[in-house]
Amino acid sequence: MSTTNTAPLIDVQNVSKYFGSVIALKDISMSVNAGEVMCLLGDNGAGKSTLIKILSGVHQPSEGRYLFDGKEAHFSSPRDALSVGIATVYQDLAMIPLMGISRNFFLGSEPTKGWGPFSRFNVKFADQVTREELAKMGIQVREMTQPVGTLSGGERQSVAIARAVYFGAKVLILDEPTAALGVKEAGVVLRYIAQARARGLGVIFITHNPHHAYPIGDYFTILNRGSSYGTFAKSEISREELTAMMAGGEALEELSHELAEFALTDEKARAALAEAAREFEAEAQGLHVEQLPSKFLEAEHQYADQLPPTDGEGKR
Amino acid sequence: MSVITSERMLRVNPLRRLLVRPEIGAVAGSIAVWIFFAIVAGSSGFVSSRGASSYLSVSAELAILAVPVALLMIGGEFDLSVGSTVGATGMIIAILSAQFGWNIWASFVAALIFAVLIGIMNGYLVMRTRLPSFIVTLGTAYILFGVTSGVTSLVTGLTVVNGLDQAPGYSSAHAIFATALGGGQQFPIEIIWALALVALATWLLLGTSFGNWIFGVGGDANAARNIGVPVTRVKILLFIGTAVCACLLAIIQDVTFTNADVLRGQGSEFYAIVAAVVGGVLLTGGYGSAIGAMFGALAFGMVEEGIVFAGVNAEWYKAVIGIILLLAVLLNSYVRKLAMEARR
Repeated sequence: MSTTNTAPLIDVQNVSKYFGSVIALKDISMSVNAGEVMCLLGDNGAGKSTLIKILSGVHQPSEGRYLFDGKEAHFSSPRDALSVGIATVYQDLAMIPLMGISRNFFLGSEPTKGWGPFSRFNVKFADQVTREELAKMGIQVREMTQPVGTLSGGERQSVAIARAVYFGAKVLILDEPTAALGVKEAGVVLRYIAQARARGLGVIFITHNPHHAYPIGDYFTILNRGSSYGTFAKSEISREELTAMMAGGEALEELSHELAEFALTDEKARAALAEAAREFEAEAQGLHVEQLPSKFLEAEHQYADQLPPTDGEGKR
Repeated sequence: MSVITSERMLRVNPLRRLLVRPEIGAVAGSIAVWIFFAIVAGSSGFVSSRGASSYLSVSAELAILAVPVALLMIGGEFDLSVGSTVGATGMIIAILSAQFGWNIWASFVAALIFAVLIGIMNGYLVMRTRLPSFIVTLGTAYILFGVTSGVTSLVTGLTVVNGLDQAPGYSSAHAIFATALGGGQQFPIEIIWALALVALATWLLLGTSFGNWIFGVGGDANAARNIGVPVTRVKILLFIGTAVCACLLAIIQDVTFTNADVLRGQGSEFYAIVAAVVGGVLLTGGYGSAIGAMFGALAFGMVEEGIVFAGVNAEWYKAVIGIILLLAVLLNSYVRKLAMEARR
């Protein structure tokens, strides 16, 4: 599916994962190339999390092959995967709210100066790099000592992405980065994903929102109940098809039945009201009535929420 | 490079930036306590150098415990066994040197090794069982105290072991751990030890990678682990730190009093936590400073000695400590709230 001759950055072939007797993933294949965004879609429980945990080295596949850069990969921990350039930005962001931005940015990989036991954390360098890296992503922060907890959700995601990019990630795995964000903020994060792609990274973007996936994705792999519906290039699939496939064909059909049922109820209501109105009209023509027929009152009461509002005197 | 600014950011008042330091509560508390006793007990010598010497001595001994405890608490754990470690290591030194005639320096080394093992045990138990360190170290505290008392009465038949000044090497140990400095009014050398410890802890916390890891593991151990911080190693090292400092205090007290008491250190684990919390350390971890813990210890020492200078029954001091603790915690939580919104 790639137009280049080089091997994909990440290539998993027929991977399965079992937890005891539970089949979490069955026969999944997917790949991502440098400078591509692969969207991994699926509803809750589809197996997205299990797959990214395999990709990021948390779990090992029970069956199948996992190739990184064309070579067989056996990661025993997230640190292994990180060291070859697979950076995962988890939903919980791996950020410490009470710590400053630059301290968070370099946590675990602090730049030092000096030697031996006297090596110091080079705060100045950390501040400068963090400021520059964030500026590249269009985030302006005046003080690097500002606690990360004071940033918005989108800014925090962006700091996490900037950090992964700075530390030489070749593949960026983003676990539902837009899930808890507002519309605007999700847009900001999508823009950073595009920037990461433009800088030549392979991005695996996990989401259950096709409206976030479609504009940014080059390829889409759809998971459902532990197995894959396959991988589609953007040209092969429309947004509607993507949405339909994600929800699962059956489920959607059921939903449309339900919706039709609603429509039917609406029709019944209309018919009942029309019937009552006709009766009322007929009776009103014959005699002057002070009292509305009970049938009308009943109908009005039953379908009150579907009628236009009345004015003060009960006229519509 | 030019400073990047955004229209969404207001200029921050420099005074307000000073106010959001973690140690501000303890500094303000120390000043308030000093002024209070200067008024109440100024005539009986609280403001004199004699008064300063007495409360600085108490504060220094507490700071030697409170500073490593503050680091551990910033790292997200408690150590309630520091008091028992003071008693145990003090007694190890006394039994080896006063009873068996070891050179006192050899006893110090033995006690330090024992302290390191206690720290490793605490840290390993906490990390391995994933139980709250509050409970785990409470358990080791009782075990340590019980074993110390039992072994001491088995070996010596007493609970206080005297005669350390007869041990070989005592005079050099006295010069380093218990001598008094200054011309007119004498100040004990433990003040220097405490200040050196504060400087070391501050450098560690703010100037090294390890310090960054301490904040990280205390703020969110899972997040820190995900991004490559060796959480278990950091926490075990912090537990070793509290135990080693407890041993340092035991050495200072042994050499100063020339004896060891199994009861020594009992209760000081809570005083150390109080000093750290008054000093702005967050109980849930991830926030605080060594300088704050030092000021917490200073306020504590001034209350304990100031009450004596004021001529009030010394038992009242715990009530005052309680009030200061509550006020400082209130102030600190307010300051932290400011810190989290100060630069929005």
